[in-house]
Amino acid sequence: MQPPTNKPTREAQSSAGPAKNARIPSGTRDVLPEERAELRRIEAALLGVFGGANYGEVSTPTVEYQETLQRAGAAATPVSYRVLGEPGEELALRSDMTVPIARVAASRYRGAELPLRFCYVAPAYRAVTPNRGQPREFLQAGVELIGADPAAGSAEVLTVLCRSLEAAGLSRFLIGIGDAALYPSLLSSCGVDQTASEALLRELGDRDFVGIDREIEALALSTEQAAMLSRVPRMRGADALGDQLDGALNGSLGPIRDVVDALEPDVAERMIPDLGRFPRMGYYSGVVFEVYDPEIGQPLASGGFYGDLLGRFGLPVGGVGFAIDLDLLHAALAGEERGETGR
Amino acid sequence: MNRFGLTIAVPRGALLGGSLDALDRADIDTAEIRSNDRKLLFADVGVVTMRPSDVPTYVEAGAADIGITGKDVLMENPERQIFELADLGFGGCQMVVASEDGPDKAADALARLGVIRIATKYPRIAADYFEQSGRQAEFVTVNGSVELAPLTGLADAIVDLTATGTTLRENGLVVREQIAPVTARLVANRVAHRLKADAIEEFASLISARAEPASA
Repeated sequence: MQPPTNKPTREAQSSAGPAKNARIPSGTRDVLPEERAELRRIEAALLGVFGGANYGEVSTPTVEYQETLQRAGAAATPVSYRVLGEPGEELALRSDMTVPIARVAASRYRGAELPLRFCYVAPAYRAVTPNRGQPREFLQAGVELIGADPAAGSAEVLTVLCRSLEAAGLSRFLIGIGDAALYPSLLSSCGVDQTASEALLRELGDRDFVGIDREIEALALSTEQAAMLSRVPRMRGADALGDQLDGALNGSLGPIRDVVDALEPDVAERMIPDLGRFPRMGYYSGVVFEVYDPEIGQPLASGGFYGDLLGRFGLPVGGVGFAIDLDLLHAALAGEERGETGR
Repeated sequence: MNRFGLTIAVPRGALLGGSLDALDRADIDTAEIRSNDRKLLFADVGVVTMRPSDVPTYVEAGAADIGITGKDVLMENPERQIFELADLGFGGCQMVVASEDGPDKAADALARLGVIRIATKYPRIAADYFEQSGRQAEFVTVNGSVELAPLTGLADAIVDLTATGTTLRENGLVVREQIAPVTARLVANRVAHRLKADAIEEFASLISARAEPASA
């Protein structure tokens, strides 16, 4: 591709004077040729791997019926932008691509042979805290594997995730892998009632360890149960799946172990088992994962297994997928390229 | 850099002494930090010093892996995506509602006017507290010397942090309600918590080990 020839001025105020009436909403931005060319190279690398693994690229409408997007349930990422359509029409901007793809799979592929494989590069929209530099509109690239076995499907998707990030040039990333059902099942095995469970899971979602211990202390549990419930949220790293675990906990690690065991060694090496991972929002009901790179302070991709979402659209099968935040991936690549930051 | 390989955000101000004592327990050399109150970055020991309210900002962004700040700061900024690892016990304070000694003007305002005016540096904590107790309140955000507000008629009462109550007493104010106990907390960046898990666990256990119990 030819380098862009029209260089933008560095300063907002050029010799022609300051721009007028050129505001755009905070959390949005224009992507100019230099950046767009870099993003295009990343997208091409990711899509190359997705396509090579037989994931077919789809596009869906930017606006959908609000009712469709909300069918994912109250726990899903809320729809933040409502759009005025024709009188009586309540439209909204999607907050991710997983829900639209669930709709497509359940409507256009009814009765088709499973599993189905889709991929996308598309913007999604979320509410932001004002003036925090958070994007309202952000570009995601991801895949959805629909109607697959939870363990084998998660292993396949994790492999595609690793291979695509490697193809984009990222080298130092690791993937935290947890199970959204793990802690709730431990709570019910300890006989914790629903109200107390919800309070505890809220603290776990925030990873407020002080709050977790406070909630556990308030429960009438045996010393062993309390110690186990307090320890599990802190368990992460290669040792977390070790053999020295006691009975109830050991049994509940099956789903994470099954996925890790199904991975090729070089992919398995990137996994950090994280037993305290509990997604605060979303439709994930099984294995969940997040990508970390030492160059940036927040996860750059996330995903997991969802058991109920497709059923809400009339296709009662599970699915597994991930979404990579392209701007964060771009920032991580730029950071790795600069080499050791010297910090 | 310290032997943990962690960049540590340390609060200046009231929590500095307790924080440095905690770092001493992890064998981090704090001599230079204690002797130099203008320097901000101590690269040799992996410490950056800042206002307590900036600690969550640095830790959330990953500019620091781990940090120490007051629970008041965390309560005021609940949207910060950081992990709260431990209650370090020191820096014990209370978040309180206080008003002028004598007949409670705030209660009087609520009874007769249906609304209380509250001056505070913690608008979020104050709003949550009054909303939860079903009382209508109007909030005036000030940046310092909150005690002045009820004395000048700017507000009926204040929501503020108090350790010993001395400043309140000297300004003729009394505590009317306790909102929450506040102590120093250890917080961590989400990515560092996974990628530097062993270092963070070791550091956390060392600095929490002999921490004195929370004083109310």
